[in-house]
Amino acid sequence: MTLRRREVVSELLKNRGELLVIAGLGSTAWDITAAGDTDLNFPMWGAMGQAAMVGLGLALAQPKRRVLVVTGDGEMLMGLGALATIGVQQPENLSVVVIDNERYGETGMQRTHTADGVDLAAVALACKFKHAITATGDVAAVRELVYKTAGPNFAAVKVADDKLPLVLPPHEGVLLKARFRRALLGDSADVLPEER
Amino acid sequence: MQPDWPAEIHRELAAAGVTVVGYVPDAGHKRLIELCQADRNLRAVLLTTEEEGIGLVAGAWLGGEKSVLLMQSSGVGNLVNVLGMIKVCRFPLVMIVTMRGEQGEFNPWQVPMGENTARVLETMSVAVRQAGDPQTVAGHVHTAIGLAYETQGAQAVLIAQRVIGIKTFQEQRNQ
Repeated sequence: MTLRRREVVSELLKNRGELLVIAGLGSTAWDITAAGDTDLNFPMWGAMGQAAMVGLGLALAQPKRRVLVVTGDGEMLMGLGALATIGVQQPENLSVVVIDNERYGETGMQRTHTADGVDLAAVALACKFKHAITATGDVAAVRELVYKTAGPNFAAVKVADDKLPLVLPPHEGVLLKARFRRALLGDSADVLPEER
Repeated sequence: MQPDWPAEIHRELAAAGVTVVGYVPDAGHKRLIELCQADRNLRAVLLTTEEEGIGLVAGAWLGGEKSVLLMQSSGVGNLVNVLGMIKVCRFPLVMIVTMRGEQGEFNPWQVPMGENTARVLETMSVAVRQAGDPQTVAGHVHTAIGLAYETQGAQAVLIAQRVIGIKTFQEQRNQ
C-alpha cells in the first residue's frame, strides 16, 4: 500500500499534545496545515535547507518539549550537513521526519536524488542519529520515534508523488514567530529572557 | 597594553544571557570559541556551514533563548538567501565576523568576499558595525546584542583583520 503524504502527516500529528512542529518550505508546510493549523506550528516559506536546524535550535532551547521537524526530501538534501550537526549535538527531544516523494513538488515534480537511490536514513544513521528508519507502509513506528523514543531520531517516509490542493498557513513571518513564542512561552514571550 | 578582546566578548555574551553560540571555526575566533566551549552556561554548536547558524538562531529564539553566531567573512557569503527568513520574521540576529581579505591578507582567494562582506550584509538588511581596533570590539558587541534583542533586528560586528593580527599562513597554522 502506497502511503499518501497528507494521511501520513495527519496520523503523525494526531493527539499531538505538547509537540512543537517545524515544517520545511513547500509541500510539508501545506501538509501540517491541512492537519490543522495551530500556534505551535512553524511552517517555513523559505530558507530552504534550514528546517532541521530550526528544529535543533528549538530542541536545545526547550529540552523538556518534544520537537518534530517535518520536511521534504528536496529540502533535506539542501542541508544534509545539518544531520551531522544534529548528530554531534545529540538532542534527545528532536525527531526529523522527511516526507519523501522523491520529487521537487513545488517546481514541477522533478526527481530528487532519493529517486536515484540516495538513502537519507542511512545518512542520518551515519551522522550518529540514535534511530533512523525508512517507512514504506505504516507510520506506527514513526509515531513511536516522535512521541516516545529518546533521539535524535530520523525517519524517511516514502509517499506517492501526489500533486495535492494547496492548504496554506499564514505567510506573515512575524505572525508565525510571535504566535509560536506566545503559545510556548506565555506572557514571557514579550519580555527578554533576563527580565522573566 | 592590548585589551583581551575575545575574553571581553565572552563576558558580553554572559552578561547578555546568551545561551547558544553557533560557530564555524576561524583562526581569528580561536580563543573566543575555546572560552565558549569551556563555559557551562553556553551551548557551543559547531556548524558545517554558516547557513546552519541562521536556522539555529531562529529555532533558539522560537524557544526563548538568545544566541550569537561566530564566523569568518567568507562565511557571510554562505548564508545570503537564508537571511531572508531573519528579515521577514524579524528574528533577532547577532553575528560576530572576523575579517579576511584586508590589511595583511596573504591569500588572494579571501579577498573578493572580504571586500564585499559589509555590502552583502547591508544588502540583506543586516546592520554592520565595524570594529577597527581591539578597544572597540566589546563595545560594538554590547551594542549589537542590545539592539538585536531589544528591537528584533539583525546585527553584525566585523572585526578587522588588523585586530586579529594574522599575516601569514604559517602564523595561522601556529596559532
